[in-house]
Amino acid sequence: MSVNPAQSAPATDIATWLQEQTDKSLLRFLTCGSVDDGKSTLIGRLLYDSQLILDDQLASLKKESRNRAVGEEGIDFSLLVDGLTAEREQGITIDVAYRFFSTDKRKFIVADTPGHEQYTRNMATGASNADLAIVLIDARKGILPQTRRHSFILSLLGVRHVVPVVNKIDLMDYDEELFNQIEADYRKFAEPLGFDTLQAIPVSALRGDNILTKSENTPWYEGPQLVPYLETIDVSEDRSLTPMRFPVQWVNRPNLDFRGFSGTVASGQIKVGDDVLVASSRKPARIKQISTFDGDLNTAIAGQAVTLVLDREVDISRGDVLSHPGETPEYSNQFQARIVWMHEEPALSGRSYLLKIGSQMVPATITAIKHKTDVNTLEKEPGVKLGLNEVGTVTIAADKPIAFDSYGSNRLTGGFILIERISNATLGAGVIDFGLRRGQNLTYQDFDVNRQVRAELKGQEPQIVWFTGLSGSGKSTVANLIEKRLTAEGKHAYILDGDNVRHGLNKDLGFTDQARVENIRRVAEVARLMADAGLIVLVSFISPFRNERRLAREVAGDITFREVFVDTPLAVCEARDPKGLYKRARAGEIKNFTGIDSPFERPDRADVILDGAVESAVDLSEHLYEALFAK
Amino acid sequence: MSDRTHKLSHLQALEAESIEIMREVAASFERPVMMYSIGKDSSVLMHLARKAFAPSRIPFPVLHIDTTWKFREMIAFRDRMAKHYDVDLIVHTNQEGVTNNINPFDQGSARYTDIMKTQALRQALNAGQYDAAIGGARRDEEKSRAKERIFSHRNAQHAWDPKNQRPELWRVFNTRINPGESMRVFPISNWTELDIWTYIYAEDIPIVPLYMAAPRPVVEREGTLIMVDDDRFRFNHGEAPMTRTVRFRTLGCYPLTGAIPSTAGTLPEIIMEMQAARTSERDGRLIDSDQAGSMEKKKQEGYF
Repeated sequence: MSVNPAQSAPATDIATWLQEQTDKSLLRFLTCGSVDDGKSTLIGRLLYDSQLILDDQLASLKKESRNRAVGEEGIDFSLLVDGLTAEREQGITIDVAYRFFSTDKRKFIVADTPGHEQYTRNMATGASNADLAIVLIDARKGILPQTRRHSFILSLLGVRHVVPVVNKIDLMDYDEELFNQIEADYRKFAEPLGFDTLQAIPVSALRGDNILTKSENTPWYEGPQLVPYLETIDVSEDRSLTPMRFPVQWVNRPNLDFRGFSGTVASGQIKVGDDVLVASSRKPARIKQISTFDGDLNTAIAGQAVTLVLDREVDISRGDVLSHPGETPEYSNQFQARIVWMHEEPALSGRSYLLKIGSQMVPATITAIKHKTDVNTLEKEPGVKLGLNEVGTVTIAADKPIAFDSYGSNRLTGGFILIERISNATLGAGVIDFGLRRGQNLTYQDFDVNRQVRAELKGQEPQIVWFTGLSGSGKSTVANLIEKRLTAEGKHAYILDGDNVRHGLNKDLGFTDQARVENIRRVAEVARLMADAGLIVLVSFISPFRNERRLAREVAGDITFREVFVDTPLAVCEARDPKGLYKRARAGEIKNFTGIDSPFERPDRADVILDGAVESAVDLSEHLYEALFAK
Repeated sequence: MSDRTHKLSHLQALEAESIEIMREVAASFERPVMMYSIGKDSSVLMHLARKAFAPSRIPFPVLHIDTTWKFREMIAFRDRMAKHYDVDLIVHTNQEGVTNNINPFDQGSARYTDIMKTQALRQALNAGQYDAAIGGARRDEEKSRAKERIFSHRNAQHAWDPKNQRPELWRVFNTRINPGESMRVFPISNWTELDIWTYIYAEDIPIVPLYMAAPRPVVEREGTLIMVDDDRFRFNHGEAPMTRTVRFRTLGCYPLTGAIPSTAGTLPEIIMEMQAARTSERDGRLIDSDQAGSMEKKKQEGYF
């Protein structure tokens, strides 16, 4: 079989050949499996057999292959794909590498993903865009934990076709029974994962058995060879038949006469004259024009990047999703999802992240971690946080409703990422299972007596003044002086003090990172309620983490919120040590004590900063009063 | 490619993917810029940008880092294209390098490239305060590029941290950056060299004539044919230009770019020749082979 396009190209009829090139279909697949199962070698073999390794690459490859284990050709194929210097030195693949090859029938984009457990996140990345997966299994070792982990993640991310490739079969004398046993083991494990197709193939990537042609060493094997199988398998889900989704990416407005909505059809198809509905406003409109640079279209199908013009003025912006009436996506601010955590900093319930789905981005909170899934046994186990590479089922509440589908029905409108709000790191990826109705039913009760009325009654502006700073910095002392002064003026203020609240409302919480998050969340909610009742709320909490202070600010919503940083150096606080806590922390009697063995993140957006080392508490309170309350 | 059928061909799929990426940049960043190297990949990028935003103009400027050693035909082509595509063209040269007479003959390719390309690029990105720079790199070009994200984060020093890349799932791109940081964006990451050429052919995209074979004055050095493009060329002892029919597979600074002997004077001939070729594209670039892993190192320092 010829797989090199050059060999099959009739030089005389370039037009025909080019047409064949452009008409080829595209298969995106990934290779995964445990470390040392030979993934990179397999891809190197595919490229080599496709004669896509060029002279200069071959020369440099042979040079680099010295001092390494090589096959008959004298080449370590894995060198071809392990691109980063660190990987060549360590002999492992640490990141997803993309490779391209094509045969007479198909063009392939291969994601070569890492085998080590600590890089499971990279494997999930490769799986998110793949239609098919090759799961490498070392014939000598059989199914390993990483084989199971990867298969589970494939199923989670909606890869429907798997090819367990039993590699290094040459080292096991091409043993038929061994192959059958491994295949049976895999099928048993994979059964609940619900793949659409599963085809096991015995190969030697190093020697080329059953890659392109039937190997003479495995006369007992009746199934297809790897490359012919990849060339012919039908992976089309026919995205054109699913309900139409058009996420608006960019509003195209060159002049006053043209207002179009640019985006890529995520699924289904859309025609001129179709009635559509905007998911957020439920406003209807009709498609007047489907514009592209190459001219207007009558129909646009899934995957096409177009610009839609509607027949009327409708308020639409980036992030809105258009659909046909009667086939609308879910629109809710709460849903259940499964997430793969991809960062060293664990996922905690109550913490606020940015959620991006399609072109929508909103602040969102993990409201509960329902359970973790043991990826080896597929069993559910309880968990309060998700560490790196862990998979869990969670409920998420976004700050405002978003349009989505379940991931099972639509990969592009059901998959999301979570982003850290300060570093902007991508922390995790999630697939939505279903929307939670309670988000839609729970509306806020409107009462006639509102905050405005209560504020006028008291003749004051309800607000939250949030004091942050180390233990002993002087927060409570200053808050106390402010409260006295406000009270003397006939104002109604109230101090929420960290220690006092922990004796009551929050007495069930400890001092782990997670408990601190919940501690702050509750206090922020209470402060909001009190301010809504018309009070000036003075919150005196160490609140060491930026994220939680930001959360408190967000909970406050439209209530005035001012952050006061009592900036007293640790040495000064420790010298004061009014409650003897520093002494105990230094002695190891108190764990997770802020400033000692737990960090304090200095505010970068405090409204007022008080220098607690220099001035007296009375002076500080004077300054603060001037800054916040003096008219 | 206006003749759309029920399913997209791989070239149509690649085009749509690139357009989506371009739009994501325009929608997510305040000051994007598109790098323009005048080569065939840049030609495709420009064509895709026009398609992505039509009927609007391309909503960001186009930046060319001029080392002053580009082929003369490239510069002429660049200025024609700026008019043709109706884009705002910004040209930047490292003036300090010019003052110090930095050139590929005296300094050697590594130092010259660092000063006139990498440092010049940083100067231009800093001066424009660009928060996103679109580039034409492809993953099939070189091993370290095979692992780069489509949206590739750069710190405030424009450096790439290959071990700390953000996971990139589906087509949900994390476009968030902090002040001073930036993003490099590669819309044609998933295209191969053959895809580029077939697309140029199918869409009739203008390219620099240097890609087509013609008689040109060259000298041969260590098996590489170097074109004598102007009178600044430094001949070695006993060297004289000879006329050969050659073309270029890749374009850069003329003293650092190797020509190949070829008679392919039309696009179909080029594509056929390329299909029969047994050398990879970047082989004609002298800067990549300085040391193993050299592209990765350059990229960490801010090179595209």
